[in-house]
Parts: sequence; structure tokens; C-alpha cells
Amino acid sequence: MNTAEETPLLEARNLVKTFSGRSGTRAVNDVSFTVRRGEALGLVGESGSGKSTTARCVAGLLHPDSGQVLIAGQDVTRARGRALRATRRRIQMVFQDPYSSLNPRMTVADLVGEGMYVHGIEPDRVRRRDRTVELLETVGMGSEHLDRYPRSFSGGQRQRIAIARALAVGPDLLICDEPVASLDVSVQAQVLNLFGDLREKLGLSLLFIAHDLAVVHHLCGRVAVMNSGRVVEQGDREQVYTSPRHPYTRALLDAVPVPDPAAERARAAGRGAVHTQNHHEEKR
Amino acid sequence: MSGHPTQGTPLLRIQDLCVSYPTPDGLKEVVRGVDLSVSRGERVALVGESGSGKSVTARSVLRLDSEARTSGRVLIDGQDVLEMNSKEVRRVRGARAGLVFQDPLASLNPVKTVGWQITQPLRIRGMGRREARRRAVDLLGRLGVADPARRFDDYPHQFSGGMRQRVVIAIAVIAEPQVLIADEPTTALDVQVQAQVLELLGELAQEKDMAVLLITHDLGIVAGFAQRVAVMRDGKLVEEGDVDRVYASPRHPYTRALLDAVPRIGDQPGRRLGTAAATADPVSVSPEGEEL
Ligand SMILES: Nc1ncnc2c1ncn2[C@@H]1O[C@H](COP(=O)(O)OP(=O)(O)O)[C@@H](O)[C@H]1O
Ligand SMILES: Nc1ncnc2c1ncn2[C@@H]1O[C@H](COP(=O)(O)OP(=O)(O)O)[C@@H](O)[C@H]1O
Ligand SMILES: [Mg+2]
Ligand SMILES: [Mg+2]
Repeated sequence: MNTAEETPLLEARNLVKTFSGRSGTRAVNDVSFTVRRGEALGLVGESGSGKSTTARCVAGLLHPDSGQVLIAGQDVTRARGRALRATRRRIQMVFQDPYSSLNPRMTVADLVGEGMYVHGIEPDRVRRRDRTVELLETVGMGSEHLDRYPRSFSGGQRQRIAIARALAVGPDLLICDEPVASLDVSVQAQVLNLFGDLREKLGLSLLFIAHDLAVVHHLCGRVAVMNSGRVVEQGDREQVYTSPRHPYTRALLDAVPVPDPAAERARAAGRGAVHTQNHHEEKR
Repeated sequence: MSGHPTQGTPLLRIQDLCVSYPTPDGLKEVVRGVDLSVSRGERVALVGESGSGKSVTARSVLRLDSEARTSGRVLIDGQDVLEMNSKEVRRVRGARAGLVFQDPLASLNPVKTVGWQITQPLRIRGMGRREARRRAVDLLGRLGVADPARRFDDYPHQFSGGMRQRVVIAIAVIAEPQVLIADEPTTALDVQVQAQVLELLGELAQEKDMAVLLITHDLGIVAGFAQRVAVMRDGKLVEEGDVDRVYASPRHPYTRALLDAVPRIGDQPGRRLGTAAATADPVSVSPEGEEL
């Protein structure tokens, strides 16, 4: 099945994005990766490393200065018109902040149904509503919520609505930019379980951005590590987590707090030795 | 929940603390009978999900909310803060109890140099300018700020997030308080900076034999920093104990549920995470979505 020639669902080739501004930073600097069908790729790195900019280039929300984004082999950085729209539909995005990413003046029914209407997937109003109810069920919410507005929901529920909205147009891949970063750990657990279910049930692929390395370990079979606009390392979960090749990856992993007192003591003892060297070096 | 073994007498002792706020619908009680103590040289974590009352508890210890209605006792070195007049409370802040908050920008004055701000706790206590400056530069250096003598005259906006948090810590500890309360001090920071800041806090606390109350929602941070942990839910402590004991055999179902909700590197990927700690994910209001 996984022949070498299989066209990846998503391929980013040598993406570059520079923002004009005081420093003219290269937010994304020659970034390449692929996501195959059914796969979850995690993108990790500290804040400012270029994760969101990469995601926005891939999702078509930003135009890269150079490089290509291929969806099922089609170069969407060049495509125009209807073909582009049809291809773009295959990728949907879920953002970090469930409080600002949903239009407060739209009901749940409208929010979830909008994509189906805009893309002409379900022009019939009644059928669209039925489909919306199904989608809400998929994300673990009842139909009694259809006519409510976003502000009457908790953070976790809003994130479920955002996911239902993204799923409505039948995407093959979800790009999730820190979708659990602002949730409490118990609600994060619910949303992570939901992502697991969606992958199993719908064969959904994920490009999953998170600064929490344990979350990415939990969900993603492959991982790309970004630092200062570049992917410094990418590979299978096992390889990256158990034998990281790049020193930056090692440093990141070493800094993750582990919910295990004995493990933390052992690591602090180990770190003491190495740490004294680096500890005065952090830049401003 | 009292009666656990402690090292000597507690420096900070919170007894049956209740805190309410006036709302249009009357008083709302958000901290409901908290008992917690921290001894000299001890590091205690207060952990819980958002809204459980951690910050309100922290702020009550130094009476930072004027609209809060408080009952119970907050003893710092035997003296009840809740009984003090405002002048006495001001003397406690900084000298006997230092505070570090999550957002360093909010706790720094943008129009004063960091040096001025760090030396204030010493200057207020009558220390001369030169000696205060010398100590502040020393401390900044210890906290990992490169070229501290030059950075002394910079303004907060000239520092990165991690460096600003070091400045806030410097302000909190320069007068060598016996009690340090840190409310989510690293939540806004990247993991590497977080690890450094926590390590520095730990080192300073140990060196000065401080009693530290660390507030966090992160069970990993608790495991790495604290000797004892108290788990807070809905204004109450549901469990308290030695970190090793609590993590290995949590007694309260809520603690167990929280620990089971956390993904860990090394766990079976994709395992079903525990969701029992989530409060039924309530829909809060009417269908029209009026504000609460
Ligand atoms: N719209 C923008 N204008 C100018 N600079 C930006 C913009 N968006 C991001 N940047 C800069 O690009 C870099 C990468 O940012 P971002 O992709 O948001 O990183 P991450 O998501 O990893 O935190 C940062 O230096 C950031 O300040
Ligand atoms: N000044 C205030 N007035 C009214 N309610 C408050 C005030 N500060 C906090 N609360 C409420 O008290 C509860 C506990 O808040 P807090 O202590 O900030 O929780 P956390 O555990 O996240 O730090 C929350 O429901 C919050 O809305
Ligand atoms: Mg981002
Ligand atoms: Mg708080």
C-alpha cells in the first residue's frame, strides 16, 4: 500500500516566507515536509519558530515568497479559480483560540453549515441541517445546541464546534494550530481523544502544531522540529523522541516537565552537570 | 487535612480561608475553607484547573484584592495578615513575603528602569543607593542575565519574556523574604526558559531557606519542583500530601482523574486519556447566549 511512489496528500517544498518589518525576519526558511494519507505529522518548536506561519502558508491563508504547496500532487501555490477551491477544500484549519475563531453572531448551525453552503456541498437547507446534526454528534455534541451562539459554550465545546465546522466540507487533512493549548488538561484529554477517534473513523490526516511535546507524542506518528524558521529534524515518533539527532531537539526534550517526581529528580541530577555551562548563555 | 509531618513550624499557615466576591446576585464564594501550610525551606505546590481558586488564594495571602471578603486566618510567621492594617500589610509584602505572577509585563512598571524596580524593596527599607545597586546587579547576574551592570538601566520592554520574568523574580526575592508565592510564574514561557526559571527559583529558595508556595496547573511542574502538593477543585482542597505519595497512589478520585488526563512521553501513544476530571463540559446559559 505504502509504495514509494504514492503521492503524499500534502507536500510542502522549500517554503520561504519573510515578513517586512523592522528586522525583515525569515519566519519560514526553506521548510519541506510531507503528510501521507492517514498520517499525523506533529510540528513542534518554541514560540516564534515559524510554526503558525508554515501552517498559514500551507492552508493558503498566506502566500509564501517561494516554494510550493502540493495537495495530492497539485501545486496550489500556482492554481487559480475553481480547481483551486476544490483542492483547497481538502484541507481545513482549526485554530488555538476557540474564543476568537468563531464568529460570535452566528449560531452553531450556521457556523457548521456555512462551508457546506459556500462550497455547494449541501445546498438544501433541511438536508444541511441534518448533516450538521450528524457532524455535531461526530464531535460529541447534541442537536440541542444548534441554535445557540458561541459565547454560551465552554472552551472545550467551542473547539468541538470549530472541528465540526472544519469537518463539514469533507476534508482529508486538518491543520490544527495549537488546538488544545488554551484548554485545561481534563478538557484537553477530551479533545485529544476526539482527534484520535476522527483519525480512526474518518481516516483523517493531521498536521498538528503544538508546543507541548507530550501532546504531539500522544497523537502524531511523525514529528518535525522547527527552530528559527527551519525544520531542524524530522522523523518517526520513536526516533525523534528516543534518539533525537539534533541538539535543539535534545534540549527541548530535556526541558519538558514530566509528571513523575522520581523521574524529575533523576533528570535534575543529570541536568545539574550539563546545565551550569548553558545557564548563563540565554540571549535577551 | 492538617497534621501532616512538617519540618518545624510553618512560616505560612492558611487556616479555613474563605473568600467571596460581591456580584450582582450577591456574594459569590470562590475559596471555601482552605487549610494549607508551608514550612521554612519547604516547597509546596497548589495545583488545579482554571477557576478552581488558586490565584484568589494567593492574592488573599497578601490581601491584594480590596473587594474580596475574607475569613479565616493567614499567618505569616505567626502574625495574622487578615487582621493587619494596610500599613502593616505593605510592610509584609516584599520584606516577609515576595510574589511572582504569571505575566511579567503586568507586574513591571514600563516607565521605570528594571534597576530602579529591583532596588525599590531595599531602598524602601533604607538601604543606600550604591549598596542596593550592587546587590541588584549581583542578583541579576545570578539569575542568568548577561552583562547585568549594563542591563540595570534598561526598561522592561528591552527584555524578552524570559528575562522579564527573571526581573520579576529579582524584585520578589531581593529583600530576602521568608515566604515566596509564585502564581504560574512560567506559564507564559517556552519550555527551555521555563526549566531555567524554575531551577533558579528552586536554587534561590534553597539558598535562602525560603518557604515557597508555587501555583500551577501543570502536573509536570509540580513533580519537578515541589515536595508537597495540594490539589484544588472548586474552591476546596481535595487532597494534600507528599508528591511521591500523591502521584503514586492518589487518594481522591479527582486527583486520580487529573493524573490520568495527562499525556506522557513514554506512554502508549494514542491511549484513551482520562476525562473524568472534566466538569461535564457545561453549557452555561440560555440559548440566546446572554453573558453570564
Ligand atoms: N503577520 C506578521 N507580521 C510580521 N511578523 C510576523 C507575522 N506573523 C509572524 N511573524 C513573525 O514570524 C516569526 C514566526 O512566527 P510564528 O509563525 O507565529 O511562530 P510560532 O507559531 O512558531 O510561534 C516570528 O518572529 C513572528 O514575530
Ligand atoms: N475579583 C474577582 N471578582 C469576582 N470573582 C472573581 C475575582 N477573581 C476571581 N474570581 C472568580 O473566582 C474563581 C477562582 O478564580 P482564580 O482563583 O483566578 O482561579 P485559578 O485557579 O484559575 O487561579 C473564578 O470563578 C473567578 O471567576
Ligand atoms: Mg503559533
Ligand atoms: Mg490563576
